[in-house]
Amino acid sequence: MSGPDNRGLRRGGAAIVGAAESDLGHVAEGMNVIDLMAQGITRALADCGLALKDVDGLICATTQSRTSGLNLSEYLGISPAFIDTTIIGGSSFMFHVGHALAAIQLGLCNVAVIAYGSTQRSVGRRQASVREINPYETPYRPFLPSSAYALAASRHMFEFGTTREQMAAVAVAARQWALKNPVAWEKKPLSIDEVLGARMVSYPFTVRDICLVTDGGGAIVLTAPDRAKSLKKPPVYVLGHGQAITHANISSMPDLTVTGALASGKAAYAMAGLAAKDIDVVELYDAFTINTILFLEDLGFCPKGEGGRFVEGGRIAPGGSLPVNTNGGGLSYCHPGMYGLFLLIEAVRQLRGECGERQVKGAETAIAHGNGGVLSSQSTVILGTEATL
Amino acid sequence: MAETARSPLAIYQAHLDKGELAYQWSPAAGRAVFYPRVVCPYSGNTELEWRISKGLGTVYATTVTHPVQGTPYNIVLVDCDEGFRLMSRVEEIDPMAVKIGMRVRFRVHPAEGEQPAYPVFVPAEGA
Repeated sequence: MSGPDNRGLRRGGAAIVGAAESDLGHVAEGMNVIDLMAQGITRALADCGLALKDVDGLICATTQSRTSGLNLSEYLGISPAFIDTTIIGGSSFMFHVGHALAAIQLGLCNVAVIAYGSTQRSVGRRQASVREINPYETPYRPFLPSSAYALAASRHMFEFGTTREQMAAVAVAARQWALKNPVAWEKKPLSIDEVLGARMVSYPFTVRDICLVTDGGGAIVLTAPDRAKSLKKPPVYVLGHGQAITHANISSMPDLTVTGALASGKAAYAMAGLAAKDIDVVELYDAFTINTILFLEDLGFCPKGEGGRFVEGGRIAPGGSLPVNTNGGGLSYCHPGMYGLFLLIEAVRQLRGECGERQVKGAETAIAHGNGGVLSSQSTVILGTEATL
Repeated sequence: MAETARSPLAIYQAHLDKGELAYQWSPAAGRAVFYPRVVCPYSGNTELEWRISKGLGTVYATTVTHPVQGTPYNIVLVDCDEGFRLMSRVEEIDPMAVKIGMRVRFRVHPAEGEQPAYPVFVPAEGA
């Protein structure tokens, strides 16, 4: 039914044992991305009862430090046996989980941390993520990434009749979840009319169809299953992993209505021996409202083209039949630029039953799907409790 | 392999300066390649021919970007009839009136200051 994937990754070959956010929102003046990563790592290690001296695998990504792996090693006073600073947008951390799984399985390291930090709200987006010139796109002054995702939304609306109201329902559901998350950035209710009537940014998106701009960071800790069992919290096992890169620029995306999540999801489900119907908690990278719709389709929660109708009527909101983005998402909880790590943190907490008012009862399996660039890099991680092994 | 004497971008730009929309054709893959590059991404072959587009295409996707200051403007992806896609703008029409499936015709937006000439499109009903 399941086993190693075609890269030799083993189902349940590693577990996430620690997870924590750094400070979020608007961090103290002078805090830099390495401070935030170190804060996240320290808290995630405390979460599982390990110490810095146990860490021999260091994995990180940020847009604000060119050699973040060096800077973070120095800051923490460690010389990691395994290091990886792959950076391909907000999904980087899901790609990292695959690398950590491989490294632990092969004995390249025993305890791997995956860390992220961003101060984009404090320093401004332009400074946090320097725009690259593309002579074939820049003359048209696309407001990136919004304009690119808006192009994808236009195509979805054209082919499947998806409406702005349906996309707004995604933002409203995210806000309802955020109101149950004490550390979410947004604190007030939101209605569909308020989404539609907000400031237009890139048609069909208003500012409420678009993720937040916050500071933030965090870390997760992974280790082999035998060691995981001896630690403080119940291990959360990596059951499945998949990844796909389809393009870099939106003008080179083969089909704007089908993302690489189709391939990454298929690979992750095959490795996990699970299907969409077996997933209890769904965490999807919602940089824009159309993302949630695209990923619900491509990951098999509804047929292609049905995503807009699927999210109507509160189906993915608290109390709906499918809990999606239970932390409030990039739309309402936090979005420091590369959000993928926060999806993994929330999935871990849901599977441990730590989520209080927003807890999905009896959750045994979760999917955390990361997206990067302009729908360019996709990676799916399926997680499960001890009972799912 | 011989050194590259002129970059793909320089050749593309020189055509635009003459009022032409150039693209590459990959004989090995039997299809158009855009943006211009030194290797065909469909075949791995470095033999790429330059061709001139007839300049007709169809809007594949469209959005209207609203800057915080200034007037909203249109951004599209256009599928040219020769089988390549590019980002562009449809001019001489209200930005919100640009629709997917609309036929459009290429013209050059002339160089302005630091910005070299670049391709834009106008509606081409019946073309």
